[in-house]
Amino acid sequence: MQYLVSVIDDGAGLATPTEEAAIDAFNDRLRAEGHWVFAGGLGSPDPATVVDNRGGEAVFTDGPFLESKEYLAGFWIIEAADLDVALRLAADGSKACNRKIEVRPFLGG
Amino acid sequence: MSPIDAGEAVTRALREEWARVVAALTRRFGDLDIAEEAAAEAFATAVERWPADGVPPNPGAWLTTTATRKAIDRIRRENKRLDKHKEARLLYDDHPPEPPGAIDDERLRLIFTCCHPALAMEARMALTLRMVGGLTMPEIARAFLVQESTMGQRITRAKAKIKTARIPYRVPSAEDLPARVSGVLAVLFLVFNEGYLATGPGTDPVRHDLTAEAIRLTRLIRALVPQDGEVAGLLALMLLTEARRTARVSATGELVPLGEQDRGAWDAALVAEGHRLVRERLATGVAPGRYQILAAISAVHTSARDVRDTDWSQVVALYDQLVRLDPSPIVALNRAIAVAELDGPEVALAAVDRLGDRLAGYHAYHATRADLLRRLGRSQGSRAAYDRAIELAGNTAETAYLTRRRDQLG
Repeated sequence: MQYLVSVIDDGAGLATPTEEAAIDAFNDRLRAEGHWVFAGGLGSPDPATVVDNRGGEAVFTDGPFLESKEYLAGFWIIEAADLDVALRLAADGSKACNRKIEVRPFLGG
Repeated sequence: MSPIDAGEAVTRALREEWARVVAALTRRFGDLDIAEEAAAEAFATAVERWPADGVPPNPGAWLTTTATRKAIDRIRRENKRLDKHKEARLLYDDHPPEPPGAIDDERLRLIFTCCHPALAMEARMALTLRMVGGLTMPEIARAFLVQESTMGQRITRAKAKIKTARIPYRVPSAEDLPARVSGVLAVLFLVFNEGYLATGPGTDPVRHDLTAEAIRLTRLIRALVPQDGEVAGLLALMLLTEARRTARVSATGELVPLGEQDRGAWDAALVAEGHRLVRERLATGVAPGRYQILAAISAVHTSARDVRDTDWSQVVALYDQLVRLDPSPIVALNRAIAVAELDGPEVALAAVDRLGDRLAGYHAYHATRADLLRRLGRSQGSRAAYDRAIELAGNTAETAYLTRRRDQLG
């Protein structure tokens, strides 16, 4: 079963060196314990572009699809047997990156 | 067997077997929704067939077998082209039932799943009452003071989350246990209260099955975490409340308030066990939580041989302690009831009136006001408050009591 673990930033900005070190250590543990699938940092949503090609012509809009003080600043995709395992990992992940985290199951995982 | 006897047998089986049937089917099919629906269908079949065919010698086994068949039917309907391998797996139970005696753990598993912290507290309570307590949707909706459709959506959403997010079906690991237990206690307390003040016009005023089930499950949790003070507190509170059960409803089915109860009719063994638990907690010197304080209040009441011997200052002091932990208007209302005995109804009424905004839809608020107004000789206001309380009260014994009190007003 795979879960999307999203890092929610509410104004803290980029990770500090201490936070980065803690994230690295957490990532090593995810790999060692077989939970690692993928992860990535996104930073602020300022450079985002929204694309809509449902009409005749693709429309590009500068900025994120949702203007909000809280934004997705990075994510993990983890492999976990069930939600208890995923939540425990997410709790450690939240501590490591010092951010709020959202856990969502992938469909048909 | 007459239809009435058969009806009673179905009701009894429902109460005794419901959680076991749901737990067994959840274990086998790994899906709460299938388990609930199949169990409900099996019970409906029993209601239809038992009056004519007679109650089977082992109602629990009959219900589980019937529910299993219904579940397999549903799974087949939903997956019309099952391959042979899947079909074989469906018919062969590869999760053999637990040996006798382990059944309690089976139900504990069901409770911990229903009380999972990833679910909203309201959903946990509703789900536990439905899956473990076997309450119907209207009964649960009433217990939460919400519309039936709202409650239906809440339960459907919770079941869907358990499935999609894969909330596990098991007793949590040791490291998660303490945090998970307090969520379970909140739910069990509600189940107990629903049993103690059962709602619905056709329902017994006290549903011993629910209070007994809540006590039984709390004992199970206590065996699991014997050092937890709040588990002991909740168990003591339930025992001291249950001890007064028979004295609480008169022969004519009317509620008898604490002050008018025949204290000789209280269950001495339950009182003794409750008092022992309260003393045990006091001896630890650890600051008590909510349930331990409520149990202590109950212990003060059950220690008085006559209502006139009640140590009301002790009761009010305990409520003061409780208000600091739980500033809810219902606690404030109960505190005011004790204040009426200590400082008189005038002082109490002023405190109760301050809660009007938040408790306008709560029958006990109006019943308390009615009683205080009556004691102050304000018949007109009292009558109006009784009317409102009767309108809102769902418990038959309580309605009978309130109606008589209203009709006795001069």
